[in-house]
Amino acid sequence: MSTNKPANSKIPVYDLDQDGSNLDALDFDKVKPTEIGEIDFYQKRERIYTRPIKGFYQRIRLLTGWPLLIAYFGLPWLQWGERQAVLFDLPARQFHLFFISLWPQDLSLLAWLLIIAAFLLFTVTVWAGRVWCGYTCPQTVWTSIFMWAEQITEGTRNQRIKLDAMPWHWTKLRKKIAKHSLWLGFAALTGLTFVAYFVPVRELLADVLLLEASHGAYAWILFFTLATYINAGWLREQVCMYMCPYARFQSAMFDGDTLIVAYDNERGEARGSRKITADPKALNLGDCIDCQMCVQVCPTGIDIRDGLQYECITCALCIDACDAVMEKMQYDTGLIKYTTEKKQAKQHARILRPRLLGYLGATLIMSAIFLFVIFTRTPLSLDVMRERDALYYQLDNTRFENLYVLKIMNMSQQDQDYTVSLEGLDNALIIGNINAQVRAGEVYELPLRVQMHSADLDSHRMTFTFYVENISGRNKAKSESRFLSPIPSS
Amino acid sequence: MSESWSLYIIVLTTVMTVGVIWVLLANRRGTGSVDKTTGHQHDGIEEYDNPLPAWWFYLFILSIVFGVAYLVFYPGMGNYPGLLNWTSVNKWEQENQKAEKTYAEIFARYRNISVDAIYKEPAAMKMAQRIFANNCAQCHGVDARGSLGFPNLADNDWLYGGSAEQISHSIEWGRTAVMPAWGQVLGDKGVIDTAHYVLSLSVASQEPSANREPSANRKPLANKEPLANRKPLANLPNDSSRIEAGAQSYQTFCAACHGADAKGNPLLGAPNLTDDIWLYGGHLQAVMASIQKGRAGAMPAHAKKLNADKLHLLSGYVYGLSRRER
Repeated sequence: MSTNKPANSKIPVYDLDQDGSNLDALDFDKVKPTEIGEIDFYQKRERIYTRPIKGFYQRIRLLTGWPLLIAYFGLPWLQWGERQAVLFDLPARQFHLFFISLWPQDLSLLAWLLIIAAFLLFTVTVWAGRVWCGYTCPQTVWTSIFMWAEQITEGTRNQRIKLDAMPWHWTKLRKKIAKHSLWLGFAALTGLTFVAYFVPVRELLADVLLLEASHGAYAWILFFTLATYINAGWLREQVCMYMCPYARFQSAMFDGDTLIVAYDNERGEARGSRKITADPKALNLGDCIDCQMCVQVCPTGIDIRDGLQYECITCALCIDACDAVMEKMQYDTGLIKYTTEKKQAKQHARILRPRLLGYLGATLIMSAIFLFVIFTRTPLSLDVMRERDALYYQLDNTRFENLYVLKIMNMSQQDQDYTVSLEGLDNALIIGNINAQVRAGEVYELPLRVQMHSADLDSHRMTFTFYVENISGRNKAKSESRFLSPIPSS
Repeated sequence: MSESWSLYIIVLTTVMTVGVIWVLLANRRGTGSVDKTTGHQHDGIEEYDNPLPAWWFYLFILSIVFGVAYLVFYPGMGNYPGLLNWTSVNKWEQENQKAEKTYAEIFARYRNISVDAIYKEPAAMKMAQRIFANNCAQCHGVDARGSLGFPNLADNDWLYGGSAEQISHSIEWGRTAVMPAWGQVLGDKGVIDTAHYVLSLSVASQEPSANREPSANRKPLANKEPLANRKPLANLPNDSSRIEAGAQSYQTFCAACHGADAKGNPLLGAPNLTDDIWLYGGHLQAVMASIQKGRAGAMPAHAKKLNADKLHLLSGYVYGLSRRER
C-alpha cells in the first residue's frame, strides 16, 4: 500500500481499497492518529475528498432529496387551466400559484410567507438542529449530486486524490472533461428550470432549442447555470461555512435540548488503533479506533470528535460511517449519534420547552391567519384617480361635473362583469358606462363623470365612495374620492 | 461642449484612471517589513500589512478594464463620440423602431376593418383607448366628454359631421373654427337681444325633458326633486321683446353660417344652436361673450404625429364613442 499525499492537504490519506465504501478490506493496524492543525485566519482552503457511505441516514437523505428535486424540475411542467400552474410572470406583475394569482398589492402576503417560513425554520432548528442543512437545503442536495458525478467519472476518494496529484496526461484530461461536462449539463438543466418558473417552460424550451429565445432568457439561464456549477462544484462547504447567514445565527437558537450530532467522548477515548481481535480494555483504549472514516465522509471536512462545531450541517454521514465500523469491530453502534448536550451531560432532557413552544405557537398562529387571508381574499381591487386636467367642469350656474378614472383590477382567474355605484353624494348622476367586462387578470380603466347640482353640494370638497362589484355580488371593492366644486362650505 | 471643457474632462479622466491604477498596483505588495506590519501604531495597536485578497484585487482590475473599454466605445472622453456612436437619441429611435416592428403585427389585424366597424372589436378599442388617453384626453378628457371649449365626442353631436370620413379628417388634418366678434356691429343691446333669442331656441327644444344623458344610470332619488326636472335654463329671462329683436339680428348676421333654422352647418363647423349643447357655456353671460367677442377653435392635425394604424384605430374609437352599445 502506498500513500499519495497531495501537496496542500493536511488530511491523512489511507489507501484502503479500490471501492471506497467497502469496509471489508480495512486494515485497522495501518490506521494512524489524527493530525491536529493550527487554525490560521488566512489559511488556504483544503480540498475535501469525501468518501461515499451507505447507511440509515443516507437513505433518509435520498428520501428527502429526491422528492424535492423532482418537485423542482417537475413543477414548471404542470398546467392549470390555460396556463402554467406555477408561473412568476414578471412583465405582467402577476404571480400564479395554482388557483391563486398574486398581484403587487399582495406583496405583504409574500412578506408574511417568508416570515412564516423563517419561523418554521427556527422551530425546527430549536427542536432538531440543522436538519434543514443536512437533508433538504439545495446546497446540500445539489452538492450530493455533483459528488455523485465526481464519483462516477473520477472514481473513489483515493482515486481522486491520486488523480489530482498526478501530472496532466490524457486519462486525467478525459476524466476531468467528463466530470465538468456532467456538472455543467446538470447545472444547465437547473438554470433552464429556474428560468422556466418565470417564462412558460414549453415556449422557453422550444425557443432555446431553436436558438430563438430572448437575450434575457439566455443571459439568466447562463447566470444560473454558472452559479449552480460554481456553487455545487467548487464552493460547496465554503457556502455553508462563510456565506450562509443561517449557519451563523443558528447558534442563537440552539440550547441544551437541541438535537446535535455528537461523538461520545467518554466511550470513545482514548482512541487508538487495535487489532480486531484485541480487547480494548487490556490495551487501555476506548471504542474509537481512530479510523478517520467519520472525517473522510464529512462534506464540510470537520472532525466531529472535536465537539460541536458551527461547520457541522448535521448530515449524519459520520454516524453512518462510524456505525458501519462499529459493527465491523463488533462493538455497540452509536459512538457518534444524534443526541443533545444535556443527554451527553446526563442531565434531565426534555423536548417540549418554552422556547420551542413559543416558536411553534407563533408559526401555527401566523400560518392560520395566512391561510385565512389567502382563502378569503377578494380577487378584486379598485383605484380611483381624479382626472388631473381640470378640478371640475361647470356646465351652467348650477351643474358641476368631476371626472374620474376607475382602475378595476380583476385579480381572479375568471372573466367578470362588474358594475359601478357610488355612495355619499345625494342625487349624483354618473355619466358614462357603469358596466365593465374585465378579463381575468386584466386592469380595466373606466373613465366616469359624476354630475352634481349645486343644491346638493354642501362644500367645495365632498368625500364619497365608489363601489365596484361583480354581478353575483360576491366580490366587492371600494375606494374613496372627492368631488370638487366652487360651492362655498355652508 | 467647447474644446477647452472637452480637454479638461479628458485630462481629468485620464489622470484619475492612471492614478487609480497606480494606487492599486503600488499597494499590491506590502512594504516587505520584517515584522509584517505597516509600522503604523496607535495606542500600542499595530496594523498588519496584509495585501488585498486576490478576488478583491482582480475585481478592481476588472472594473478598470471595464472603465477603459467603456470610454473607448461610449461617449465619455469630452467630445469624443465613442466607437459605437451611441447617443440617447439613437437609442430612442432604435427602441421606437423595435416597438413599431413588434406592434405592427397587432395593428395589422385591424388595418382592413373599416372605421365604422372597428368599434365593435373590444381588443382594438382597448388599444385605441390608450392612444386616446395619450393624445386626446388632455383637451377632450379621458372619457371624451369634453370640457369648456373642447367638444364632447360621446354625445353624437358633431360640429363637422359624424361620418367615419368626417371624423378621420378632423383627426388627421385638424379643424379651425372661427366665430367672428359681433360686439361692434350689434352694439350692447343687440348682443343681449341676440343672446336671448339664441337661448330661447334651446328652451323650445328642451321640452318636456331635455337632460341629454340617458336616465338608466341615475341613482334612485330620495325626497328631492329629480335632477332631470331641474331645468338648467329655468331662470332664463323670458323677455319676449328681447327675443323678437334678437331674432331679427340673428337672421341678418348669424343665419349665414348657423342657418336660418339655427341647426348649424357641418361644412363650416358652425354649431347647432337649438340642441342645448354648448361648447363655450350655455348661460346668458357665456352666450353673450361668444357673440360679442367671437370664438376661435382649433383642433390640431395628427396626420404627422401618429402613424396610419394609430389614426385608423383612433377614428374608429371616436366614431364608436356615441354608438357603442351600453
